[in-house]
Amino acid sequence: MSAPAGQRTRRPGLLPGTRTALGRAAGRLRRLPRSVRAAPGAVRGVPASVRAALSGDRFGPRDLLAEAAHGVGSRPGRLLLTIIGTVLGIGSLVVTLGLAQTAAGQIAQQFDAAASTRVVVEPSTSRGQGGERATGRIPWDVEDRLGRIAGVDQVGALGAVDIGGARVATVLVNDPSVTPTTPPAVVAATPGLLDALSGRVVTGRWFDAGHDARADRVVVLGARAATRLGIHRVDRQPAVLIDERPYTVIGIVDDVARRSDLLDAVVLPLGTARADFRVASLEQAHVRIAVGAGPVVGEQAPLALAPNAPETIQAQVPPPPSAVREGVQGDVNAIFLALAAVALLVGGLGIANVTLLSVRERMGEIGLRRALGATTRHIVQQFLAESAVIGLLGGLIGAALGVGVVVAVSVARAWTPILDTGLVVVCALLGLVTGLLAGAYPALRAARTEPIAALRGTPG
Amino acid sequence: MALLELTDVTRSVRLPDDRMLHVLRGVTLTVDAGEHVSVVGRSGTGKSTLLNILGLLDAPTTGSYVLDGIPIGRLSARARSRRRGEDFGFVFQQFNLLPGRTALENVAAPLMYARGRAFWRRMRLAEEMLGRVGLGDRVDTMPDKLSGGEQQRVAIARALVRRPRVILADEPTGALDVETGAEVMGLLDDIAAQTDAALIAITHDLSVAARAQRRYRLADGVLTPLVEAPVGHRTEWVGDVPTAVAP
Repeated sequence: MSAPAGQRTRRPGLLPGTRTALGRAAGRLRRLPRSVRAAPGAVRGVPASVRAALSGDRFGPRDLLAEAAHGVGSRPGRLLLTIIGTVLGIGSLVVTLGLAQTAAGQIAQQFDAAASTRVVVEPSTSRGQGGERATGRIPWDVEDRLGRIAGVDQVGALGAVDIGGARVATVLVNDPSVTPTTPPAVVAATPGLLDALSGRVVTGRWFDAGHDARADRVVVLGARAATRLGIHRVDRQPAVLIDERPYTVIGIVDDVARRSDLLDAVVLPLGTARADFRVASLEQAHVRIAVGAGPVVGEQAPLALAPNAPETIQAQVPPPPSAVREGVQGDVNAIFLALAAVALLVGGLGIANVTLLSVRERMGEIGLRRALGATTRHIVQQFLAESAVIGLLGGLIGAALGVGVVVAVSVARAWTPILDTGLVVVCALLGLVTGLLAGAYPALRAARTEPIAALRGTPG
Repeated sequence: MALLELTDVTRSVRLPDDRMLHVLRGVTLTVDAGEHVSVVGRSGTGKSTLLNILGLLDAPTTGSYVLDGIPIGRLSARARSRRRGEDFGFVFQQFNLLPGRTALENVAAPLMYARGRAFWRRMRLAEEMLGRVGLGDRVDTMPDKLSGGEQQRVAIARALVRRPRVILADEPTGALDVETGAEVMGLLDDIAAQTDAALIAITHDLSVAARAQRRYRLADGVLTPLVEAPVGHRTEWVGDVPTAVAP
């Protein structure tokens, strides 16, 4: 029987021709006591590079991966059950992040269509002895001034009308038997206010620039104020008495969500209010703008209204769309990420549990490997690699399923799926990290088992 | 210098009721390179403990163990693992093959922990070693498809593939029939002789023990040389004592 070539040789003659200089040097080195081997330059004829090469561990990542894949793949049924936890955890994480991003995109689009197209301009206020006091004034021609700014679609303004406690009623006779109630608020508005607020006329019409210019005695009622006054239709030209002066009701408005208090008010044209009630100033101007024009309008509106003292006017501009999206994303993500973290924790515990079980089952194998020369580090590496492979598999499958769910939901809801691909990769790698963390304790436990106890098949 | 040298080695374990169980008592044994030594004894006499101490799987409670001039007690756990892999080859009664791995992968397993050329050429070396034990045509066979004798031959190939200096065989024929056992022991003897490895066989089978150059008996943790049977006599167990019996 011939000896295999290339094997380590200790006795000359057994394997002729296989004893190389490196082998001889290695043999000499190994047989010396450790203390001697450690001494620098102690071994003559054995270069430092050779010593370094010999001390290196050859059991590399590829071998480790191959061993781990074999260990994991030898029990496919168990592997399936083990990775389910990680698949669910990573899958729900990807679904959460994907749907949050997609939903935030949808919500942001709606925000863009509503909140992000509105600018409110008001006089600045300062706190004085008599409470808060306006330091600026919105000019009467506010619609003309703001209408010239690029990006402004519609402008309207309004101000409170002080009727000095006068009665607002629909009949001339003052019936003393009727319980006195607070009259509806009276508000002066410019013709463009309804469009600026995106309000809706239920019946009749809104007043126009002609009514305003002529100071016609007409009013428009808010829907709730109309109900209080018992007016439901305007085709018979009903009138409202304000301070005993009759004003023809030409319309009833509803759905002014941006100023819902107008539903309880009687609205006069600004010209009429100035003529009859000496309205001194406007309180607010509402501007409907194009998407993205907020910063420009916010900057130019004070200059347009008060060129000499722009600081006396303040404009509330909508947040940029990206800020809205991020805000919504942040809120949604916080909730669902917590759920995903719980799922991932459960998945990790599953891996830890199964790896621990595997360690117990394979105690004999651990003992055998120790007998074959495996160090504790080899054992730790092997079990860590196995749990990492399980985690990575779970992460990859979970991430793939998560992406599929996000796309499916988006298609079903006619949304545009939005998902950061980098995030998907990170999620898959998170499965690997989960596996590593989950496998740490079982791996250490396997390595700490005494070889003799492991060979007996007991945890020791 | 002896290859391995046990001097006055004891091994004691504390029982759950706090009593001390003395498994080995004052064992002294010297083995040189290429020697074939057998240790016989009934079950529970400390044979496996002795083998585990010799193979660096266990440590003596007292006494000294010097391997190739190096006191083992001074080695770190990592160094002991290295030496175990490099210097010892184990053959177990129940073969202890890795399930789900082919014969070739089983034989190559120890070389996973080797260094240098042995590591890089591990599959080729394992294949050659399987050829030497007569299983060159079964390299890709799973252990559960092999007979008992073939499995033990795979275990022998695995024990020898790193060219150990000492082969430790724990009841190597215990799971085999008489004929297959004799065949396996013959193979083990031959290869050990070819590679100049010391062979230490622990057994209760006196016919297996008879193949050794030096024979010992382990009883109650005490190791004593086995009395040679006179020419023409054979040794048999009489009670707990190996006794020369006339044919």
